[in-house]
Amino acid sequence: MQFSENWLRSLCNPSLDSAALCHLLTMAGLEVEEVHAAAPAFTGVVVAQIVAFEKHPNADRLRVCTVDAGQGAPLQIVCGAPNVEVGMKAPCAIVGAKLPGFEIKPAKLRGVESFGMMCSADELGMTQAHDGLLVLPADAPVGQDIRQYLALDDNSIVIKLTPNRPDCLSLAGIARELSALTDAPLQLPQITAVPATADVRRAVVLDAPQACPRYFGRVLRNVDTAAPTPDWMRQRLERCGVRSISIAVDVTNYVMLELGQPLHAFDDDKLQGAIHVRLPKQGECLTLLNGQDIEPAANMLLIADEARALALAGVMGGADSGVQAGETRNIFLESAFFQPDWIVGRARALNFSSDASHRFERGVDPELAARAIERATALILEICGGEAGPVVEAVDAAQLPKNQPVRFRPERARRVLGVAVTDADMRSAFERLALQVSADGDVWQVVAPSYRFDIAIEEDLIEEIARVVGYDNIPALPPQGPITMLPTVERKRPVTALRHLLAGRDYQEVISYAFVEEAWERDFAGNAAPIKLANPIASQMSVMRSSLIGGLVGALASNIRHRATRVRLFEIGRCFLGGDASEPVAGYRQPQRVAALAWGGSSREQWGVPARKVDFYDVKADLEVLLGGDVDCRAAVHPALHPGRCAEVLRDGKAIGVLGELHPALVQKYELVTPPVVFELELGEALSLRFPQFREIARFPAVERDIALVVDAGRSVGEMLAGLRAGTDAVLRSVEVFDVYSGKGIEPGFKSVALRIVLQHTDRTLEDAEADSVVGGLVARAAELFGAHLRA
Amino acid sequence: MDQLDQLITEAQTAFSAAPDANALEQAKARFLGKSGSVTELLKGLGKLDADARRAAGAEINRAKTAIETALESRRDALRNAQLQAQLAAEALDVTLPGRGLRQGGIHPVNRTLERVETLFRSIGFEVADGPEIETDWHNFTALNTPDNHPARSMHDTFYLEGASEVLLRTHTSPVQIRTMQTHAAKYQGGDMPELRIIAPGRVYRVDSDATHSPMFHQVEGLWIGEQISFAGLKGVVIDFLQRFFETDEMQVRFRPSFFPFTEPSAEIDFAFMSGPNKGRWLEIAGCGMVHPKVLANGGIDADRYTGFAFGMGLDRLTMLRYGVNDLRLFFDNDVRFLRQFND
Repeated sequence: MQFSENWLRSLCNPSLDSAALCHLLTMAGLEVEEVHAAAPAFTGVVVAQIVAFEKHPNADRLRVCTVDAGQGAPLQIVCGAPNVEVGMKAPCAIVGAKLPGFEIKPAKLRGVESFGMMCSADELGMTQAHDGLLVLPADAPVGQDIRQYLALDDNSIVIKLTPNRPDCLSLAGIARELSALTDAPLQLPQITAVPATADVRRAVVLDAPQACPRYFGRVLRNVDTAAPTPDWMRQRLERCGVRSISIAVDVTNYVMLELGQPLHAFDDDKLQGAIHVRLPKQGECLTLLNGQDIEPAANMLLIADEARALALAGVMGGADSGVQAGETRNIFLESAFFQPDWIVGRARALNFSSDASHRFERGVDPELAARAIERATALILEICGGEAGPVVEAVDAAQLPKNQPVRFRPERARRVLGVAVTDADMRSAFERLALQVSADGDVWQVVAPSYRFDIAIEEDLIEEIARVVGYDNIPALPPQGPITMLPTVERKRPVTALRHLLAGRDYQEVISYAFVEEAWERDFAGNAAPIKLANPIASQMSVMRSSLIGGLVGALASNIRHRATRVRLFEIGRCFLGGDASEPVAGYRQPQRVAALAWGGSSREQWGVPARKVDFYDVKADLEVLLGGDVDCRAAVHPALHPGRCAEVLRDGKAIGVLGELHPALVQKYELVTPPVVFELELGEALSLRFPQFREIARFPAVERDIALVVDAGRSVGEMLAGLRAGTDAVLRSVEVFDVYSGKGIEPGFKSVALRIVLQHTDRTLEDAEADSVVGGLVARAAELFGAHLRA
Repeated sequence: MDQLDQLITEAQTAFSAAPDANALEQAKARFLGKSGSVTELLKGLGKLDADARRAAGAEINRAKTAIETALESRRDALRNAQLQAQLAAEALDVTLPGRGLRQGGIHPVNRTLERVETLFRSIGFEVADGPEIETDWHNFTALNTPDNHPARSMHDTFYLEGASEVLLRTHTSPVQIRTMQTHAAKYQGGDMPELRIIAPGRVYRVDSDATHSPMFHQVEGLWIGEQISFAGLKGVVIDFLQRFFETDEMQVRFRPSFFPFTEPSAEIDFAFMSGPNKGRWLEIAGCGMVHPKVLANGGIDADRYTGFAFGMGLDRLTMLRYGVNDLRLFFDNDVRFLRQFND
């Protein structure tokens, strides 16, 4: 809502300067967003008339004017404007005037003396895209200060109103609030009924009283709709951000801005029979003022006559029933109350908004329509002449909203606000806001005035108390509450710890959009049917991700474009998949995952060490740190990963994620040059920690034996280790792999796996012979299970 | 006995002249070896009578001790010199960089999140979480924003294709409802301990420019109990802002506003008293007392319990804290930007 400060001050004028006024409004919940001065600061500019002019002797484009600026003797002023005419009036900066950036002094222009400057709008800092002098009306009084004449000492103030305060969508409403907060008197315009001077009327029928319980109509006859809009009205409209269009439209806008009641003016000669406020008929069509052809939805209220639909009630008039400036002679004026529920969302459904719908959907005072039609009638007759018929009211009183008493307990207000406001101060706050308080004692009944739509429960009243007391005057106190410790779960690491762990392993955290391009879902998750957004912001953000891998690869690709040579990224976030009805949001599974990607050198470029690319086992080591020990991997297939370099990560036999090198086809498609290695795990698994298990430390020395087993090259070392470890030898402490070799000395198709076996007895020193026997047993089992033999 | 003193001097000279351990051992042999000078002298003692032998023996032993001392001293000096030479040879260029992995880093928004969590945990707030694909009921209706409520137009919502009742949550407030429901269910309408949570997370709105992203982060705070007041809300939020920005040199103002899920509601602005943003009011959060309908939708007795809630933009906190000027940088994932926040 934009308004003129001067207009507001004509209705309520507290002794506050503009800045203090704006602060007060902001702190009352009417947030001032912008303040624009009508004109910048300048002095010494007056209304002047050009008495005569002649061509400048030394310059083709300049003229030497004789100007009456009300200074006694006429002034000689050299002027270059193209639109100089004898008799015209324009602003003149006289000697001594201070304009934005410069001061006017007597001067010689090309040898001719000049005592002042004739001004364009631009030179006064007022935006108007005209060349030449600012032309003033013929009746502008010569010599009057232009600031006074054009009322330039004014501001346009823009406030951002929250949806609960439609009562402040008018000058009167803001003035009412200002008066309540400052005690400055409220001086609203006197509105008296305009008596009927013609016996012209049009009947009104409320066919849908639940949606429109009150409608005032009035015919105005012999109206000069070509009459110009008076300057004072045009100026106020402009400072409220409303363009002057024609007198009928301007008056309805003016009254809407002044009082808050949207009005509509029809061309009475285009109406047939009675006005009906009704719901649409099957297949009915309507062309709106903005040119839009609509077929109104069943819940859209219409203004119609006996022949056709005329307007979308409370939203927008029709294209061919409105007043046409100059053509229309007879006006039918509408001032009605529409229930907010019957207006809300209708304009939005048609992809526009209007000043009328903005107000009606939030709530317009049902008691205002009667006054507004009188106000508009008076203005039209005053400006355009004509005669008024009687006001015709159609009303269904039972359907009119009526604010009910709201229970209010002063004690509860004090408890909720945490401030000791007295009963008397609360009563006074209500009275200032025109809220009626009845019944005294501990429980009050409070009734809000008809223009307030936001007072339904006790808390609404508590907020009013807080606003009048001032939010600033409520103390800031540390709240009182029991001091208890927060639970911590030792078996679960906080997400924070996981982040730090990965950062400690040289990974950089990223945050990717949860919506991705559809191709990513196919490429990185093999998901042909992703969850799609109905209204994506762009095609590359159109489906919900079901894997974090796409985002990491996308981030990698963009960093490669920025010439990065080594990139290690991780992300923790949600993925989105179809799910069953037991999910918190039925039908959608939204697991949190952690994923990481490593690309480029295995470590930063460094001296003294041969450089090599990061590989599967480097990243597997990170995974081992993350999961706290050996990682159980099983060769697997994943749509995004190299089929020979992809593993399912298992815990207790259950798959908890994947690890692998990106598929070469994707490396090529996304221009990554070399393949990144990625992993993705269920977040819960990555957070889960082992609870420490105490075991006695063996006091007797351990025996270490190294053996090398030759097996088929395709044999999984992980399986071998698992098979050997599963042995029941009580003295077997560990079997670890320390080398894998193939090549010279090993027959083709085989590999040598070097194992370190640690044996230890808990009660005594192990004999060599016992150790030999256990190792022999292991070799025999390896032969039996994996076809292995000892390397020669 | 000049001969002995001369011998000592000779030995000392010979030892000092020995350039290394080998030469020193050879020099030692000349004096203390089997046929060395001192040994020869000792052998000669047998020809003397007892008194003379005793006197001469003592003198010779004195000389022997002196020579041995000279030898040890030279041995030490040589060992020391050798060690010094070895150490000098082993010296490293300590200015070369270290090898191996270095430190990665945490995203600046999550860095902020960690600080926010730490501050609120320190006064007993637990961290709660909720789904990002959310039901219309949890995101709007339960938060007192029924269908067609004008407040719905305050949020431009992403919807899912073919599903009218689900959407991408537009704020973290639905976590309030979910947490209240769980809490209320646990205590079955009886006496209930306080509920104190923060709920950070991603939220989504149809919006994109330098200060708006279609995905951003909020943190929601909720405190419900029997003694929770607006004054307490002010206390907690001001405390937080001062601790988060590590300065008491700020002004904070609460001004009336409107959110369907709180009443009274306030918008919180703050202004630094120094620095580049000095004196500028910066919007930082929306807050208020939880609306009784919202408490009721969460299963909580709104007459007995009151609560406050607030919501802040984590991205905005991060921008203000570190002077980042474009929200989109947080989601571009450019490591040149992200690394600036690494330790």
